[in-house]
Amino acid sequence: MKRFWLFMPLIVAVIVGVVLFAGIGKDPTKLDSALVGKPVPAFSLEDLNKPENSLNESLFQGEVTLLNVWGTWCPACRDEHADLMWLAREKNVVIIGLNYKDSRDDALVWLDRLGDPYRKVIYDPKGTLGFDLGVYGAPETFVIDASGVVRYRHVGVVNGEVWEQILLPVINDAREKG
Amino acid sequence: MLRIICFLTAILASGLSYGDVAAVYDFDSLSEEQRYQDLIAELRCPKCQNQNIADSNSPISKDMRNAVYQMMLDGASNEEIVESLVGRFGEFVKYKPDLDSRTFMLWATPAIAVLGGLLVVAGVVVRSRRAGTTAPALSAEEQARIDKMLANRDQNDNG
Repeated sequence: MKRFWLFMPLIVAVIVGVVLFAGIGKDPTKLDSALVGKPVPAFSLEDLNKPENSLNESLFQGEVTLLNVWGTWCPACRDEHADLMWLAREKNVVIIGLNYKDSRDDALVWLDRLGDPYRKVIYDPKGTLGFDLGVYGAPETFVIDASGVVRYRHVGVVNGEVWEQILLPVINDAREKG
Repeated sequence: MLRIICFLTAILASGLSYGDVAAVYDFDSLSEEQRYQDLIAELRCPKCQNQNIADSNSPISKDMRNAVYQMMLDGASNEEIVESLVGRFGEFVKYKPDLDSRTFMLWATPAIAVLGGLLVVAGVVVRSRRAGTTAPALSAEEQARIDKMLANRDQNDNG
């Protein structure tokens, strides 16, 4: 019995080590979206390119889409822009933009200069749809299935690696089941 | 002296410029204002993760405070307000999450730690008691020697 107690500190250290090790590499700033499994919230906002057009949640019906939240004030959005262009061009991914808390003029200049990877851009200057989506920091990218249900939310920059390892499997899954 | 006055004035002025960072909301009653303060104190900012939305100046916290205020004006209860924000931002925004399978360890760990500590203390106490009562302080041989010595002393005293 006494022998056993001698090993107690070692056992405690191993348990604490396992628990702490499991936490290494986890990014606490990346939160699961509360909307996964729920439909895109109802909205009615202007089209960035055509202010006279009103867009709503039916935009996400019919095929699997990416919803990318961006703004010209967001440096990381600048980082991922080339990758979004690549996705739209090479991979034929349908990307809907959500221009979040931005000015229309700035946004249009940005798309003109850097290219436009979006099929449609929702103009959300006050961030109302962003708030309903639980957006807490651009860029964020949602995978939305053909029936308009949110499947996944990625917080942070989209790049080749994120596409291969995270988004593509979710999209394939959504396509199979959709 | 003049320097000190300048310095103090600058500090006062800087306070003024901070004042307008947080939006000012009007409430009908003090109890409503208290309810608002309690709500924003127990909601957590998803962006600046170890602050509540009362303390945080991030845009998302501002939006959340605004949403809380608007919902209060619309007559929502505390539960409705918290649930509406949880529905958007997830369980994360609650500083007091509900008890479920995911948060079980979070709630149970303090109790487990206290129980573990009590068990250790109880074990130490029981052991020392047992050691005190059952194990004789002297072996039979030593006891015999002592008896002999005492007997000798008694004899010497008498003699």
